[in-house]
Amino acid sequence: MTTPVAQPRQRSISLPLTARRVALGLTALLSLLLLYFIGVDQGATSLFGSDTHIHEFVHDARHFLGFPCH
Amino acid sequence: MEFRYIYRGLGVGLLGGLLAFVFARIFAEPLIQDAIDYEDGRHEAQEALDAAAGLAAGAHDHGEVFSRSVQRNLGIGVGMALFGLAVGGLFVVVYLIVSRRCPNIRPRVLAALLAGAGFVGFYLVPFAKYPANPPAIGHEETIGARSALYVTMVGVSVVALGLAVVVGRWLAGRVGAWNASLVAGVVFLVLVGVAMALLPAYGHLGANRAEFGDFATETPQPLTAPNGTIVYPGFPADVLFRFRFYSVVSQLILWATIALAFGQLAERLAVAPARRQGRTAVSAADRPATAASTATG
Repeated sequence: MTTPVAQPRQRSISLPLTARRVALGLTALLSLLLLYFIGVDQGATSLFGSDTHIHEFVHDARHFLGFPCH
Repeated sequence: MEFRYIYRGLGVGLLGGLLAFVFARIFAEPLIQDAIDYEDGRHEAQEALDAAAGLAAGAHDHGEVFSRSVQRNLGIGVGMALFGLAVGGLFVVVYLIVSRRCPNIRPRVLAALLAGAGFVGFYLVPFAKYPANPPAIGHEETIGARSALYVTMVGVSVVALGLAVVVGRWLAGRVGAWNASLVAGVVFLVLVGVAMALLPAYGHLGANRAEFGDFATETPQPLTAPNGTIVYPGFPADVLFRFRFYSVVSQLILWATIALAFGQLAERLAVAPARRQGRTAVSAADRPATAASTATG
């Protein structure tokens, strides 16, 4: 009687675990990407060639948040 | 379930970034303008010196992409709000991982501890080695090296903090929580201290040493004429201090907002499902009890 109840229970626990990992991983990844664009991009390295629009737009924030800037 | 935390983490990060922006707009922007005025004045003095020496004045025009007005009002706001959003995202990820491992810590206490650790590890320790600089400080040739050094310092600081926490938790069962915390603090300080000693100062980068001589920082020194008289002063110390001080304060505002607001929201989230579960548990417990009582009765 108890075994058929226990099996779906285990499944229902393992699935949210993976969804949780994906959610946490994506949140961390997107946050780091955002930090990169605010803090570093178009200074030392640039994903969009020699364009400086992001750098110049957030220029004051970059200085004030402690990121290196020229 | 996690999403309810993630949304709240991102929300409080955004709110913290916006509050930090309000502070920056009022207190930091006048200093940034002072620094830019200093840079412009120095540039003119340098041109006059070059002209006197018979050097051709290089038409060094920056060609503004965004006006100062846009940078001062909109750019810094967007930048700081998005920074807050990103920090909120990283914060909530760490919060969810740690809260699962340490379910006994009360949500608002855990939020405060993690935000404090984030402020110290992510900002304050890197700041101690490479403090925030206003415009006019920072040579264009070294931007690549400086970015790499700063990111390295942040990475080392965050990893050292994580290691110190692991050591502290491992020791807590043996020497007690207080002594373990002290040892963990020492481990963190030693690790970041070694990193600070090994990483070079901005001023000691090869390009800087070759062009400006032996200075630890890139802060502009007084501009002198060939006969040695100072024609333009060094960067004003008070402007530099206040800019850096306000930078620390704005980060405090951001992290404190995350700590307090997220702590409050997490307390509510932690209570909400418990109530529901409590209710079903009670009703489930009631039934056999009543059944048993009727059976015995």
